Amino acid sequence: MSAVATPPSPDSGAQRARWLISDSLTLARRNLAHVRQIPEKLLDVTLQPVMFVLLFAFVFGGVIGIPGGGSYREYLVGGILVQSLAFGMMGPGTAIATDLGEGFVDRVRSLPTSRTAYLGGHMVAEFAAMTLAITILSITGVVVGWRIHGGFLDALAGYGLLFLFGIAMLWLGTFVGTVARSPDAVAGIAFMGIFPLTFISSVFVPIGGLPDGLRQVAEWNPVSAMAVAARTLFGNPTGLPDDPAWPLAHPVLAATIWCLVILAVTIPLTVRRFLARTSG
Amino acid sequence: MYESTVRSTNNTAPGAAPPAAAGSASRAAAGAAPGAAAAGVVAEGLGKRYGDLWALRELDLQVPAGSVLGLLGHNGAGKTTAIRILTTLAKPTAGSARVAGHDVVAEPQLVRSRIGVAAQDATVDGLLSARANLELIGSLYHLPKAVIKQRSDELLERVGLAAEADRLVRTFSGGMRRRIDLAASLVAKPPVLFLDEPTTGLDPASRNDLWELLRELVRDGATLVLTTQYLEEADRLADQIVVLDHGRVAAEGTPTELKARIGGERIAVSVSSASDLAAAAAALEPFADGPVTQSSGGGDEEEGPLVTAAVRSGTRLVEVVRGLDAAGVDAKDVHRRDATLDDVFLTLTGTRTEAAA
Repeated sequence: MSAVATPPSPDSGAQRARWLISDSLTLARRNLAHVRQIPEKLLDVTLQPVMFVLLFAFVFGGVIGIPGGGSYREYLVGGILVQSLAFGMMGPGTAIATDLGEGFVDRVRSLPTSRTAYLGGHMVAEFAAMTLAITILSITGVVVGWRIHGGFLDALAGYGLLFLFGIAMLWLGTFVGTVARSPDAVAGIAFMGIFPLTFISSVFVPIGGLPDGLRQVAEWNPVSAMAVAARTLFGNPTGLPDDPAWPLAHPVLAATIWCLVILAVTIPLTVRRFLARTSG
Repeated sequence: MYESTVRSTNNTAPGAAPPAAAGSASRAAAGAAPGAAAAGVVAEGLGKRYGDLWALRELDLQVPAGSVLGLLGHNGAGKTTAIRILTTLAKPTAGSARVAGHDVVAEPQLVRSRIGVAAQDATVDGLLSARANLELIGSLYHLPKAVIKQRSDELLERVGLAAEADRLVRTFSGGMRRRIDLAASLVAKPPVLFLDEPTTGLDPASRNDLWELLRELVRDGATLVLTTQYLEEADRLADQIVVLDHGRVAAEGTPTELKARIGGERIAVSVSSASDLAAAAAALEPFADGPVTQSSGGGDEEEGPLVTAAVRSGTRLVEVVRGLDAAGVDAKDVHRRDATLDDVFLTLTGTRTEAAA
């Protein structure tokens, strides 16, 4: 068997496009293999949100009243869905920081496949993880008593908005991953940013009870708009005060704008940064 | 066999080049055919600047197909930069290069489908098994599934990792890691291989095994470009050596030529203080075959002030000692040794390299 033989070369733009898709899926399957090797990698999108639902439903649920009435558990699930999607930025961030740091991206680049395929595979794999998180949380919610009361189209819009937010956070996380010096740094940045953002919001408690200053932050926090939007579309109690600020009075519109703004900023920044870091 | 699926490579459509290179694609396509004659590695005036620093300058290479080029130099000499440019991972600031007949800037995808790379900064995935890594790489080369499976088994056997095929690579020792990196570079049977310090950190036995493996590949027709810090390694494997120092070519030639230039066998005289260097050098001069080099020491191997020179054949150590004694030099140690990389640099540039200074 001769050592000199050549793998196939692309004959056309169409072949190139087919390879971009198949390479992306190949690289996405690689992340799946990681999960099979180290299942705890998935904890942040599986058990962790479930734990939050259970903790808040059973520990705080009894003492937090919802203005305007309604069950706290029904209030909670929309919030936790948004919270876990926000924390979902950590996975893609650490994943891409690891691959850039350890040289796997350069390995891929030395093969007849493109950087775009790497980024594509990354997005496909992280999107799958996000879908898993939303599914598990919805099921847990139903188990503790959460129900969708709105119409079918509203519910569909609710999930559509959650996915849009999830994708925005996926890009934000990927951006942080291309900027950070190490995977640990990504976790640090995400924790410092997302933790206060999700707690100074309407995710866990109705914001009417917050002191002045904090309340305004919560009102204009994109996470609040997302949580209220999800609750509105799912027909759950929103716990809004009588005089909500503009984003909370128009939660679906505000949340959509927030997501689009995050995407409009992070996509070009991420792509530019990724290309810069991989063109040595 | 996947030979049946090999496609003609000369019909490079302009659209096949990535967007960044689209402007020069037509020129490159027109120039693709003549390069086939010298389908190894050719570089002309290659240079790479990072900020104000030229990591590599004016590198010219002519590596005929089926031969081995050794890039020799210390850390920071520009070896890895040269490899990164030739493997399309970095764009040159100056000059041009063709690998396996294709321009590294204008036709990176065609270059990539014809090269294998084993480098420390382009590694396999630690969270996959050895076999899964090879299969992943095989699918990214777009080889048929059956071929990938067969090649993976064959390569794991060849690099002696068949028994560890299903272990996660991150649990591998340094030597095993080098071998899986090498196997990864061989998946597509590329005609041109780039190995960045393939044996650094290996024990002598594993190093010998790897050298044997590389010789086999060359016998099978592969073109090899390898970087190393070890003169001995370049000597054993390379048909041609390029010595890099601070990004520039300090010397080039066959191992024999290079060793002849610095002298094969050398005598080294250690003295107690730097003030004795001149006297020691003068005393060594009559025996020297070539320049006598002085270094004030502080090098990597707790060497003090040192004078070295290639000596005429037949020189007896005792004569050298007598000569030193007659000159009143307080020599701590006098010994014969083979030429080292440091000797190459001392002889060629008159200074120690940064890594050894």
